[in-house]
Amino acid sequence: MSLTKLTLASALDGLAKREFTSVELTQAHIEAVEAARGLNAYILETPDKALDMAAKSDARRALGEAGPLEGAPLGVKDLFCTEGVRTTACSKILETFVPTYESTVTSQLWRDGAVMLGKLNLDQFAMGSSNETSYFGPVTNPWRSAGSNKALTPGGSSGGSAAAVAADLCLGATATDTGGSIRQPAAFTGTVGIKPTYGRCSRWGVVAFASSLDQAGPIAKTVEDAALLLTSMSGHDPKDSTSLDIPVPDFTQFVGKSVKGLKIGIPKEYRVDNMPAEIEKLWQDGIAWLKDAGCEIVDISLPHTKYALPAYYIVAPAEASSNLARYDGMRYGLREDGANLTEIYEHTRAAGFGDEVKRRILIGTYVLSAGYYDAYYLKALKVRRRIAEDFDNAWAQCDAILTPTAPSAAFGLGENSNDPIAMYLNDVFTVTTNLAGLPGLSLPAGLDANGLPLGLQIIGKPLDEATVFSVAGAVEKAAGFTAKAEMWW
Amino acid sequence: MAIDAATVRKVARLARIAEPEERIEALAQELNGIMTWIEQLAEVDTDGCEPLTSVVAAGLPLRDDVVTMGGDPARVTSNAPKSVNNFFVVPKVVE
Repeated sequence: MSLTKLTLASALDGLAKREFTSVELTQAHIEAVEAARGLNAYILETPDKALDMAAKSDARRALGEAGPLEGAPLGVKDLFCTEGVRTTACSKILETFVPTYESTVTSQLWRDGAVMLGKLNLDQFAMGSSNETSYFGPVTNPWRSAGSNKALTPGGSSGGSAAAVAADLCLGATATDTGGSIRQPAAFTGTVGIKPTYGRCSRWGVVAFASSLDQAGPIAKTVEDAALLLTSMSGHDPKDSTSLDIPVPDFTQFVGKSVKGLKIGIPKEYRVDNMPAEIEKLWQDGIAWLKDAGCEIVDISLPHTKYALPAYYIVAPAEASSNLARYDGMRYGLREDGANLTEIYEHTRAAGFGDEVKRRILIGTYVLSAGYYDAYYLKALKVRRRIAEDFDNAWAQCDAILTPTAPSAAFGLGENSNDPIAMYLNDVFTVTTNLAGLPGLSLPAGLDANGLPLGLQIIGKPLDEATVFSVAGAVEKAAGFTAKAEMWW
Repeated sequence: MAIDAATVRKVARLARIAEPEERIEALAQELNGIMTWIEQLAEVDTDGCEPLTSVVAAGLPLRDDVVTMGGDPARVTSNAPKSVNNFFVVPKVVE
């Protein structure tokens, strides 16, 4: 078997047993990445750095100093600053930006022995659900509908991360999730992705989009792999005042744990118009699997669900308009000419930001501007509390919540790009957990009639990733999802 | 409340983004579409509801007031569009 087909856990096992070296494992991935350039998942390959890190990893292992991820080649979403390696957020304004520092999350992965293969494509500044807003062009989903050559989206914003994991171009990848950007791409590509509780992972060194919603997390091949990666990525960081100073358990110990007696909530509001019957069926399958595993199924209500997306499209753009004010062309990034300082700012930002980023900055500026702050921004923050209260009430009845991840399977590139609201609706099932700060995991659970993967989402109580991983492990085992995209690239 | 061309021009100016005149009408329509969809928030009863500004209940941590990273102007200015002797070079702003 090719080394790239291994899961992260089995690769770590093979490395520990000296069946192969990190250099061999890394070389196999470098070749797979080169052969898959047509997918556009990597926007920057760092093979020399990867082989250097792999050789050092093999040396550490020889000395008996192997870390928990020792020698595992990973991909990094190009929203994480990497020291000495260009970091663009897939924007023109940061096209040549080379950080002189390393994000806390990636530094922890390297601390634990992982190897960096390169930087992965995303929607520009993580704003998008199809990867089409990337300055470097969209990623193509490795999956295709049966009997069709049509290029499908891998989802977004972490489309490069999801596609790279699905196509075996890394053993796992970092990603970020502000409204669904880990979970929707995971669902579209048959991979596992978790957004942990807000505050689990440091945001330091991650290019900011909406700071009260942004969280890092992994995209991986299995639930166990996701638990391995999240354990390494999590933890308190004095450089991010919102990162939680609490112990991080080894999340892998919860995968495979019995879920007998757990109460699983099924929210009636997570049925939307025009949702394919196959997604409803998959949801029912998930309910049946968890019943068989000994869970008790409880009908719950999250009455403010339909207001989550409109509230998000005030809160997130408002925070983005503030965060992205730093791109002024003075200290780093693109600088355009102008007759005076204001013109320089205006021309720099007009040339440096893509249409979707500008649209969100304009909305954010509008809702924060004089006369509208109370009507829009304050109102949205109050609705955000209502949404968080919905979950608080639900936790009186259940231990975790099962929902579909996305309202459709992967769609064609270009199909939704002219209608912003249609695109925003991709996040209808995922955005609620960002607003409430809860952990949410997506795992592949079945295929639709066209042979495309569909995901189920497990939502947990604050800081209860443990139960999320246990329930996900049970669903994974029952679903027996082993399908892979047929290699055409 | 409808967003008209004048509002788009004002907001674009506040956001320091130059929008060409031929884009203004289209942008007004796009933003109107999005804001009309957002208007449904008015249906939610939020009387007596405190705005949720942070999902992290913990208070803000304090740290010692010491320099943790610094003293390295060459690194700080290494990505500057223009720099001289570890200073950022910016356009003249005072005549």
